Amino acid sequence: MEKIQVKICAGTACFVMGAPQIQALEFSAPEDLADKIEVTEVRCMNHCSQGKGYNKGPFVEVNGEVIEEATMEKVVAKIRDLIAKEEEEKC
Amino acid sequence: MLIPKNYANQMRSRILVKVVESFYKDRFESADEIPIEMRPKDYDSSRCCIYKDRAILKYRMMAAMGYTPQEETNEAKQLKDYGKDALKRQNHAKSCLAVIDIACSACVKSQYMVTDACRGCFARPCVMNCPKQAISIVNGRSHINPDLCVSCGKCLEVCPYHAVVKLPVPCEEACPVGAIRKDEHGVEHINEEICISCGKCLQSCPFGAIVERSQLVDVLNLIHNTDKKVVAMLAPAVVGQFPFEINQVVGALKKIGFDDVVEVAAGADITSKNEAAEFIERMKEGANFMTTSCCPAYFRAAEVHIPELKPFVSNTKTPMYYTAEMLKKEQPDCVSVFVGPCLAKRTEAEYDPNVDYVLTFEEIGAMFVGAGVEIGDCEPAQFAKVSSAQGRNYPLSGGVAGAVGNLVEGEVEFRPERIDGLSKENIKLLKKYATKGSENNMIEVMCCEGGCIAGPGCIALAKKAARQVETYVAQGTNQKDMK
Repeated sequence: MEKIQVKICAGTACFVMGAPQIQALEFSAPEDLADKIEVTEVRCMNHCSQGKGYNKGPFVEVNGEVIEEATMEKVVAKIRDLIAKEEEEKC
Repeated sequence: MLIPKNYANQMRSRILVKVVESFYKDRFESADEIPIEMRPKDYDSSRCCIYKDRAILKYRMMAAMGYTPQEETNEAKQLKDYGKDALKRQNHAKSCLAVIDIACSACVKSQYMVTDACRGCFARPCVMNCPKQAISIVNGRSHINPDLCVSCGKCLEVCPYHAVVKLPVPCEEACPVGAIRKDEHGVEHINEEICISCGKCLQSCPFGAIVERSQLVDVLNLIHNTDKKVVAMLAPAVVGQFPFEINQVVGALKKIGFDDVVEVAAGADITSKNEAAEFIERMKEGANFMTTSCCPAYFRAAEVHIPELKPFVSNTKTPMYYTAEMLKKEQPDCVSVFVGPCLAKRTEAEYDPNVDYVLTFEEIGAMFVGAGVEIGDCEPAQFAKVSSAQGRNYPLSGGVAGAVGNLVEGEVEFRPERIDGLSKENIKLLKKYATKGSENNMIEVMCCEGGCIAGPGCIALAKKAARQVETYVAQGTNQKDMK
């Protein structure tokens, strides 16, 4: 199974708005997810300048799907969602 | 327990950004719309309802403007008026941590509770051993009367079923010096006389009920509404606080209006030099040990809470002191703003005539966002003075002792010990060293576990920040090899 790509925006606004708290995924992801995800810190993905505004940050992309006002909770839920979908497709 | 990632500290950053935004937009004219914008109708409230959320947001914004909830004398006073007053004040308010009483959830008064695991046994050691007769049997089970309980923990020790649990009050548990206590209504209050401004309560409160008076508006005002020259003194912990090259952060600070930026790591080099000389002198005079003095929370803790340790604390001044001294000598008319990870530095600055204002990394982060500055797009700028590898290593636990050790090598015996985090236990340990002596002769004390990179004013994850600091240290030259 290909790893799920988690891209955490590390532009100034997203970083101040709470991206570091999601970066904890790099060090202490839930045990069952740790080897299924690849977490990268990326430069500003421009979601804030495309009309949404930085108040909707931090932005995180999980396999290309954008999460606004991202929190650890939301990101982990999205990852679990994708894993469940993939497993369903296999059956 | 400090909670590294949670909604409460995320909210603090957001509020700071909103306040900066509001300053730029209309000098706080529409600031009263912010709590409503953040908790609009139909929004899932964090507490009982959006109206309470909004009321608490107002107090948070007041703190960001430099006013504690306790300073509210007229409940009808609007945020825009607080903002305008903040812009008019000549001197910033004294630094202070305070509790938003309506946000404090008044965590359980009795710290012990009997769970369903209680079998109402015949022996009843809990009832018998309770020194305050606070335990009685209700519906066949032990019950603790919270009005009588003194939280001694005897019942927990003696219960054969482990049916008693301890429910901590997070702020009280985190405060190393017992400066935060409940009033008769269960709401917490901070005793300013004995508070060491470490900020552990603020980091640990799960309700985000603790706020701190910010000097953010004062600095914004100086930059934009006066022609004074404002200079930022950047603490070495800044490396790793933003995911960019340090020189770009310097560039970003200039872009938001600081006239100049100096590196406090250069002041750290003076601290290392003086502290090394002091250490050699003290050891030759036969002192048992010496402790560092650059952590202001620890320095104050020693003064107020561990007086027997005072003679062992180094008299050398902090990197902030030397940096500000140099700066004011070169530019006597400038306004100096220390930018760091630390809340206790605000208290230290009150006693230092060369330091005018103190901001945290979180606050300058909010300034970048509110001003629409993307650090990654900023022109890199250089520091005027180059710091050594040792000076750069100050923000990591072990860094200060390491810098002193580097300079005393070969002169006297050097046996360092790290006190990594000023907990209640470590305060006891330091008391023991002061009265009974210590095996090691150089004790480095850092109030925040991990060092300054884990300070309450930080943005980045301590682990990630530490890596970036290590890289920056590796790029520096050994202090011994510098001129």
